[in-house]
Amino acid sequence: MGGKGIRIEGLRKRYGQGDTAVDALKGVDMHVAPGEVVGLIGPSGSGKSTLLKCLGAVIDPTAGRMVLGEETIYDDGWQVRDLRALRRDKIGFVFQAPYLIPFLDVTDNVALLPMLAGVANAEARARALELLTALDVQHRARAMPSQLSGGEQQRVAIARGLVNRPPVILADEPTAPLDSQRALAVVRILNQMARQYETAIIVVTHDEKIIPTFKRIYHIRDGATHEEAGEGRGFD
Amino acid sequence: MISLAGRDILHAWGKFVFTGIGLGLLIGVTLTMAGVYRGMVDDGKALLDNSGADLWVVQKDTLGPYAESSSLHDDGWRAIRAMPGVADAANVTYLTMQVRRGDGDVRAMVVGVAAGEPGTPGWPPYLVAGRQITRSHYEAVADIATGFRLGDRIRIRRNHYTVVGLTRRMVSSNGDPMVFIPLKDAQEAQFLKDNDAILQSRRRTAQNPAFDRPGVPGLLDAAIAAQEGNPFVNAVLVRVAPGYTPEQVAEPIRRWKRLTVYTRAQMEGILVGKLIATSAKQIGMFLVILAAVSAAIVAFIIYTLTMDKIREIAVLKLIGTRNRTIAAMILQQALALGAIGFVVGKITATFAAPLFPKYVLLMPADSVAGFLALLAICALASVIAIRMALKVDPAEAIGG
Repeated sequence: MGGKGIRIEGLRKRYGQGDTAVDALKGVDMHVAPGEVVGLIGPSGSGKSTLLKCLGAVIDPTAGRMVLGEETIYDDGWQVRDLRALRRDKIGFVFQAPYLIPFLDVTDNVALLPMLAGVANAEARARALELLTALDVQHRARAMPSQLSGGEQQRVAIARGLVNRPPVILADEPTAPLDSQRALAVVRILNQMARQYETAIIVVTHDEKIIPTFKRIYHIRDGATHEEAGEGRGFD
Repeated sequence: MISLAGRDILHAWGKFVFTGIGLGLLIGVTLTMAGVYRGMVDDGKALLDNSGADLWVVQKDTLGPYAESSSLHDDGWRAIRAMPGVADAANVTYLTMQVRRGDGDVRAMVVGVAAGEPGTPGWPPYLVAGRQITRSHYEAVADIATGFRLGDRIRIRRNHYTVVGLTRRMVSSNGDPMVFIPLKDAQEAQFLKDNDAILQSRRRTAQNPAFDRPGVPGLLDAAIAAQEGNPFVNAVLVRVAPGYTPEQVAEPIRRWKRLTVYTRAQMEGILVGKLIATSAKQIGMFLVILAAVSAAIVAFIIYTLTMDKIREIAVLKLIGTRNRTIAAMILQQALALGAIGFVVGKITATFAAPLFPKYVLLMPADSVAGFLALLAICALASVIAIRMALKVDPAEAIGG
């Protein structure tokens, strides 16, 4: 399912033109293997969000190469025609706030993605329930998002990110609103899911509580990344 | 695929239902306004139907007797009765006035009907209580919308009448209920002056040297008598004999009697096209304004509901939802709002219509047209919200 994770080579992003042009990314290199969770950290304005948006195919990089699993999706230009389908089928998203759809119950929040991809309702719901069970929130399957605790909502959001079995999940500050205990629980789940589903997970974070949990960390500063080994504490 | 619009509506049903009720009241007013127009047209047709005539003979070059005043000599009907193809002909007068009962009064159209029997043109074709007029004077048959009851004593000008019969749905083109009285009484009532005015008129005539001539006895009395009587009626109603078309009968009357004759279709054209045309335009303007207000309300509500979901829409787009799915969600919500509004509006109009003083006719075809128009308005009103939703950048779901 996960294939070769995600590989990024020399990714650049320039905003504007001429004298006012700003290079937000100046040749980013990254590789995240299937089943691996890496941290992406850096100060505000360092280019974290720009990188995440490029990886998420919501903005166009200026140059570089991105390989997702076995497929080159960007090589100085998008190699796939339907970016919407790319996001739906091959990239999972977990946000700072869970952003669950408030008018869908927990199961349908998760099942919506496969349904959008054309999977039959019953099968989509079965997939959703399987993930909710793996994340230990199956008992809230019929609840509405407003009836869940913050931790439960984030677990449902993780299930939604995983439900289409994407090769990569982009997690944008997923623990920011949570206390230490819940934040660590979320990271534990991400590690567990990465291994279970062979998914590469990139966690953008400022959260000092969870930084020691990554085995590998990419520091981003002034639009460039530097890799370093993390402590990888607690999740083996 | 689940219905996103349906789930959103179920989730926020209170918001939708209460908005729908507000919109529905507006739609109820719109349907009622259309019903008022239909009622006016139906009143006009009822007036023509109930007269029992195929032709209306009126003063030359007038649009009488309903749209303009018309005056004919009351002996003209005999000649018309003798024309080929005429089965029956009868004088009729119409006078809209306040008919008094006790201390109160009721606006009504007083119809003077010629002596005859039920079925004579101008007579009420059916009664719901009592009997038809059988005496030459001071009896009346009234529409039940007047509120009169059998045996009531009513006053028309200076004379009192006893209500001997009640009828239903006998109205003028303005929707005023009719009161039928004998023709002679009605002719008198049309031009009846008060006693002081009669005295003044007689003195004025007596002082006129042209009438007060010693060598011509009886001239003054004859002149006064001619001034005080009313030998005129407003129209002659004609029923065509079997085997003749109305136009076949009308043409010789126009040609030889020098009168204007209208067929049923022409009279309907006058009533609908001229008499109530201004009111129809007025109501049409109201309908346009109400439609515009409805559209503005739906647009505002759908826009607000969409604004409330902007983050969810960004997330939906980010996770790969097609634009058409999002557009369909907003459109379906607008249509659902319209449907709720229509149901509430239809119920409101149905219950409110009988409370109106004039006839309000709610036609199923108008309801269907109204429903389709409302759906079109809702679809149009959702365009702004859809455009806004489609402009939402999926990147908004990613912070930073």
